[in-house]
Amino acid sequence: MEIIISNSSGVPIYEQIKEQIKVKIVSNELKAGELLPSIRNLAKDLRCSVITTKNAYEELVNEGYIKTIPSKGFYVAEVNIEIAYEEQLNKIEKMLDSAVSIAKMNNIPRKTINEILDILYEEEN
Amino acid sequence: MENILEIKNLSKKYKDFELKDINLKLPKGMILGFIGENGAGKTTTIKAILDIIKNYKGEIKIFGLDNRKDEKKIKEDIGVVLDDMFFPEILTPNDINSIMKDTYNNWDSGLYFKYLTDFSLPKNKQIKTLSKGMKKKLEIAAALSHHPKLLILDEPTSGLDPIARNEVIDIFQDFIQNEECGVLLSSHITTDLEHIADYITFINNGKILLSKTCDELLENYGIVKCTESEFKKLDKTDFIKYKKKKYEYEVLIENKTAFNKKYGINTIDKITLEDLMLLMIKGVK
Repeated sequence: MEIIISNSSGVPIYEQIKEQIKVKIVSNELKAGELLPSIRNLAKDLRCSVITTKNAYEELVNEGYIKTIPSKGFYVAEVNIEIAYEEQLNKIEKMLDSAVSIAKMNNIPRKTINEILDILYEEEN
Repeated sequence: MENILEIKNLSKKYKDFELKDINLKLPKGMILGFIGENGAGKTTTIKAILDIIKNYKGEIKIFGLDNRKDEKKIKEDIGVVLDDMFFPEILTPNDINSIMKDTYNNWDSGLYFKYLTDFSLPKNKQIKTLSKGMKKKLEIAAALSHHPKLLILDEPTSGLDPIARNEVIDIFQDFIQNEECGVLLSSHITTDLEHIADYITFINNGKILLSKTCDELLENYGIVKCTESEFKKLDKTDFIKYKKKKYEYEVLIENKTAFNKKYGINTIDKITLEDLMLLMIKGVK
């Protein structure tokens, strides 16, 4: 499993861990029933504190992506992929919404926004 | 027992320095970073925990036991690295093994020599011929080799180069893979702590200024950079300390999101423990 932590991105580390595990579950890279590394092991491998990985796992449990079996560990839960997909779309919509309101406030034309999106997508590839 | 170490209202008066009402908690399975400038009281607190200094007021519990009454029992399970080397310099790492074997019931010579090899330390050279970094690594090896449950480390990474520091930090993280163990780590090299500490306790001038989870500090606290006119509009309750610089004001705040919502100032930097220390000590209010 690959998790990439940036110390300079401004996104809390527990959130980076959480989001990346989520993506792996939604994309089925991590399959239902699969055992995840322990909180302590993950903290060591990512060189972060135990509280950080604990927070990430706790939120994933709350959101239903993983489940905990006492004294065994954390496992990937059965996730309804459609609901998870929908959730990601909602998140994108929210972020685009604030981008669009900044654009409107400053009279930046839609064409420019499209161009930015095109550039961002190209960078990814 | 939830807390592997708990200090309640620790006070100690010296002629020119005073520890005032120190409270500190280290839950099991966690690393606590104890920070503060030189002379702030870190070492004095650690020496009180180890019952090296006498006549202090307050209560110190280790593994749920009183540190004075149950001293013998407790010391079997503590590994200690102090700032000043406590091994006689004419001894060799081999000699240390012989001495420690008689000191600790649980001393594990195999583990000790494994650490010596891992750290590339010689077995038969007198300690005085070792470099500062090697001496530190030897102390750490000796502190770990009786399978302690609590590690108390006073500036364990000072004098080590970045590579050695990295190795040592790996060892501390290895150590808490067992969730019954805990680490109290005092340091002024705060970048080491930012990564691995679960809790940060900040001591200054004999008093605890702040005690929080490291994540809470690094995520919520921030430094606002603003102009004088912006600064004058701030409510006094919305910041902790500030520093007037030549071209700007630096303001330490407790909650980035709330501050941004209230004032709409976007130039809020993420904080490092070093910034925090600097502004807490040198800033004004």
